[in-house]
Amino acid sequence: MSACTRDELMTIAAARLLWNRCVCFVGIGLPSAACNLARLTHAPEIVLIYESGTIGTRPDVLPLSIGDGELADTATCVVPLPEIFSHYLQAGRVDVGFLGAAQIDKHGNLNSTVIGAYDAPKIRLPGAGGAQEIASHAKQTFVMLSATPRSFVEQLDFRTSAGFLEGSGARSRSGARGGGPRAVITDFGMLTPHPQTEELQLTALFPGATVDEACSKIGWPLAIADRIDAIAPPTTSELETLRALNARTQAAHARLVHIPL
Amino acid sequence: MLLPLADAIERFVPDGASIALEGFTHLIPFAAGHEIIRQRRRDLHLIRMTPDLIYDQMIGMGCARKLTFSWGGNPGVGSLHRLRDAVEHQWPNPLQLDEHSHAGMAAAFCAGAARLPFGVLRGYLDTDLAAHNPNIRRVACPFTGELLAAVPALNPDVTILHAQRADQEGNVAIHGILGAAREAAMAAKTLIVTVEEIVEKLSPAMNGIVLPHWVVSAVAQCRGGAYPSYAQGCYARDNAFYRNWDAIARERERFLQWMDRHVRGTRDHKEFLASLEQEAA
Repeated sequence: MSACTRDELMTIAAARLLWNRCVCFVGIGLPSAACNLARLTHAPEIVLIYESGTIGTRPDVLPLSIGDGELADTATCVVPLPEIFSHYLQAGRVDVGFLGAAQIDKHGNLNSTVIGAYDAPKIRLPGAGGAQEIASHAKQTFVMLSATPRSFVEQLDFRTSAGFLEGSGARSRSGARGGGPRAVITDFGMLTPHPQTEELQLTALFPGATVDEACSKIGWPLAIADRIDAIAPPTTSELETLRALNARTQAAHARLVHIPL
Repeated sequence: MLLPLADAIERFVPDGASIALEGFTHLIPFAAGHEIIRQRRRDLHLIRMTPDLIYDQMIGMGCARKLTFSWGGNPGVGSLHRLRDAVEHQWPNPLQLDEHSHAGMAAAFCAGAARLPFGVLRGYLDTDLAAHNPNIRRVACPFTGELLAAVPALNPDVTILHAQRADQEGNVAIHGILGAAREAAMAAKTLIVTVEEIVEKLSPAMNGIVLPHWVVSAVAQCRGGAYPSYAQGCYARDNAFYRNWDAIARERERFLQWMDRHVRGTRDHKEFLASLEQEAA
């Protein structure tokens, strides 16, 4: 089998963080791949919720959008979107939320809105979507983004979603009900918050990755944990399952659509 | 009232109106949006949780002065380049933003549907959006004093939906992913629905979504009216189209050529679909 890509390593590491029967609010892209990989391997009864309103969905192929028909076809139920946000997320019925972003700071606060000033942006990004309330209400969140000094920054251009704010208990004092980021999964491995300061620190590395590499990709002086775990390489079964899922997905997305006129 | 789509747009969507073409990824009323472009409407206040390709097209063609939204990307692909060009470079004209989160916008539609003045939620906590949008405020719970987020109700002049079917009387049945379509429909002053088919009688759907005829202002039959979005049970989302849109919309010139050929240069949605097929052949 060919060597793993960075995306495969990240997806498999994220999937391992999930457990059977956990209720998981899924975003598109790598999080969707990670959640479904968990479902197809060690967590067959995981409950996947996509913000479009599909609950308990078991897609055979990954959706391109958050509301592909495949998600509705394979769901336990489909509810109106306002219910997803009020009756499920806000009501505290979600164990894990996945988030991505263009920028993250050392306390896990996220920007997915704008690079530059809000009123005169250099780059206008898509915006919050469900992220703000996932960040606020999910019992815990996992963040996935690739590491460059432009994405891991000292100062966010805009705070779209709250992580640990300024750290050292600021989040719990703010009234946020969810627990905040528990892990950031990125190119070289994983960052997790320090138990007291809540600053992200390097706690795990992928096979072949080094502390130097991690430090060079982070835009602030990265804290290193006393003990750094080595993340076990993907098993044959994990890699085969993920690659088969991605191959099925590619074929499905290329299929011609017929409009019955 | 059963009307041809062009007549419904002509009659109910004037320049300057606030309009919500809803449907969350599913059942996006593309045919209606294209008809608004063909009829050269201007100064519209566009409302949609996810602007998607249809608002990218309408913004790029100069239909909009303001956008109320909560996530402005091409799902799973990247940017909406026409939306970005309008925000970053004011092309083809400046676009005022009224930006929310999904939960905030859902609350605003729910309040609008109930004709309440504002929606309330635990949201926008410790984020920068409230500082840039005066429509996001705090309100104290009169019972506990807890501070909550408040957003003004959304009551579009016109909401436009696409659905699978309607009956002769104008009752509309929807199934599949709903997003906030039902709330946007009930919040509107005028509701237009395009449908795949009009049937004699809808099959009984005890808990299915039926919009009763007296909240529906006009029904227009339009097969394939959600394409390249989809209609559950009728046709799938054209994910390849969404991917290809990225390159079409990236440059102004290519975008305008595409719109001229496939939207402005066609008389209706049937011709639009045929022109795409011709290009693919």
